[in-house]
Amino acid sequence: MEPALANLEVFAATLLELARKDSDLLVVTSDSRGSAKLASFAKAAPGQIVEVGIAEQNLVGIAAGLAAAGKNVFAVSPACFLTARSLEQIKNDVCYSDRPVSVIGISAGVSYGALGTTHHSLHDFAVLRAVHNITIIAPADNFETREAIKAVANLPAPAYLRFGKKTMPHLPRALPGFELGKASLVRQGKDITFIACGETVAPVVAAADLLAADGIECRVISMHTIKPLDEATVLQAAAETRGVITVEEHSVNGGLGEACASLLLQSGAHPRFKIVGFPDDHTVTGSQSEIFPHYGIDGPGLAATAKKLMAV
Amino acid sequence: MLSVPDLQRKSVQYRKDLLRLIKHAKAGHTGGDLSCLDILNVLYNRVLRVSPETFKSPDRDYYIQSKGHCAEALFVVLADRGFFPKSDLDTLNQYGSHYIGHPTRDVNGVEQNTGALGHGLAVGVGIALAGKIDRRDYRVFVLLGDGELAEGSNWEAAMTAAHYRLDNLVAIVDRNGLQITGSTEDVCQLAPLDQKFAAFGFEVRRCDGNDVTDLVRTLEEVPFRPGKPSLILAKTKKGKGVSFMENVAKWHHKVPSDDEYSQAMAELEAVEAALK
Repeated sequence: MEPALANLEVFAATLLELARKDSDLLVVTSDSRGSAKLASFAKAAPGQIVEVGIAEQNLVGIAAGLAAAGKNVFAVSPACFLTARSLEQIKNDVCYSDRPVSVIGISAGVSYGALGTTHHSLHDFAVLRAVHNITIIAPADNFETREAIKAVANLPAPAYLRFGKKTMPHLPRALPGFELGKASLVRQGKDITFIACGETVAPVVAAADLLAADGIECRVISMHTIKPLDEATVLQAAAETRGVITVEEHSVNGGLGEACASLLLQSGAHPRFKIVGFPDDHTVTGSQSEIFPHYGIDGPGLAATAKKLMAV
Repeated sequence: MLSVPDLQRKSVQYRKDLLRLIKHAKAGHTGGDLSCLDILNVLYNRVLRVSPETFKSPDRDYYIQSKGHCAEALFVVLADRGFFPKSDLDTLNQYGSHYIGHPTRDVNGVEQNTGALGHGLAVGVGIALAGKIDRRDYRVFVLLGDGELAEGSNWEAAMTAAHYRLDNLVAIVDRNGLQITGSTEDVCQLAPLDQKFAAFGFEVRRCDGNDVTDLVRTLEEVPFRPGKPSLILAKTKKGKGVSFMENVAKWHHKVPSDDEYSQAMAELEAVEAALK
């Protein structure tokens, strides 16, 4: 198995592989090539990177124009700026105008840690879930990142993909393969289900290990595609296990958890249910690895949440 | 390709078509439509290398209407050029119609969905940049309203256009000097726009945006300088062509009453008769 890398590094390497095969593939950056680990891409494929300076609205508008002229465009910038400052360009120039741009949010969630709220993106799923015509993806590990990048490069429609910059462990897989819109089964289990995405899947696996020691078998699902949601997998988990816990590096408002809650309630399923994410509050200061446990997004915290839910 | 006298007659015909359309739909940005109509006339009947047959060609010229609220003017011209039947416009703003108050790609001939201001120039920069990368010789024309130049995104795009030396990009400012609240200079001063765009790296020309002779002369000279994007500061009158609408801010999106409509059509018919 290859050494574990940050999803960001896998993204950059995969993009270069794709660019070598597709001369129409272009990366657009907003002074973000260093943060996006794209310096080697720029050196290897200088004709396939477009720099627009620190101007995220411009980044997305230009990306839409390049796509209109037939280019396979990846618009890359920190998720915090990309999905807030240029939200209107994503909504109108990309989604409404039906331009197949891959919008790539780097250093997502609280990856920037102590840089604070200006640099956090805990709103991106919520805002983009309410925009029509965009697939939303948060890959959990290197494998999902590589497959997701390849998938969006071939997707003739808008996509938003976000990931962090921390080294991510390779996750076990109960079933092989990767498909957009189809959840990955990380671990089979009958007692309780965790549905997580992005960098929160790894702590969920840690929680599942802790709970296994207590005889609780967890089902762990990586819901890498937040929209369109793999509804069948969510409903099956609700039917086959005793409770569902969603976990995300995002506000508890409007993200993966509420997408699952909405589906379950409207489908007539009423499992024990808990959304774990970031509360509607000023985010605590610290590094990502300090912030996660603060909100119970670590092995012990999630294990405790599961036991509490099962005891209800 | 129309001659100047034909273009002059066409401008009057378009104004009549436009008022008929707005009266029928009971909505429209009358003042701004009238100010930019001569620019659209010259573009589509003289300058743009695009037709219904070549609209999907990778070598066509592109037209992006950043001031999307003046969709009625664009629709009138596209219908006349055969992009869709004129009768389609009877459904403007009706339930379920593709023909709405802003340009959308559901309408044949429209390149980009616009309506939110400050978006067209960046999209035009992207298309122009792709043309340079692919060594195609198409041009990209972007029509900007003057009021929308308060949107900072325009200036981000302007900077990039100059940085990449996009001499295949032509931005045209419909400089009618009015926005919904009143004078653009009272709302938030725009002048000196020529110096501002020049400082951002554009080669700037002024012209009378309601004079087809001047528009033809100016538009046929692009690019004004190799290696630089072109900017045409087209001085226009909001409400141009109808005496009581000219330079009156309230006609921004006012629909004429029956009496006003009759008077406007009579004025246009008189001009039309004089041009015959």
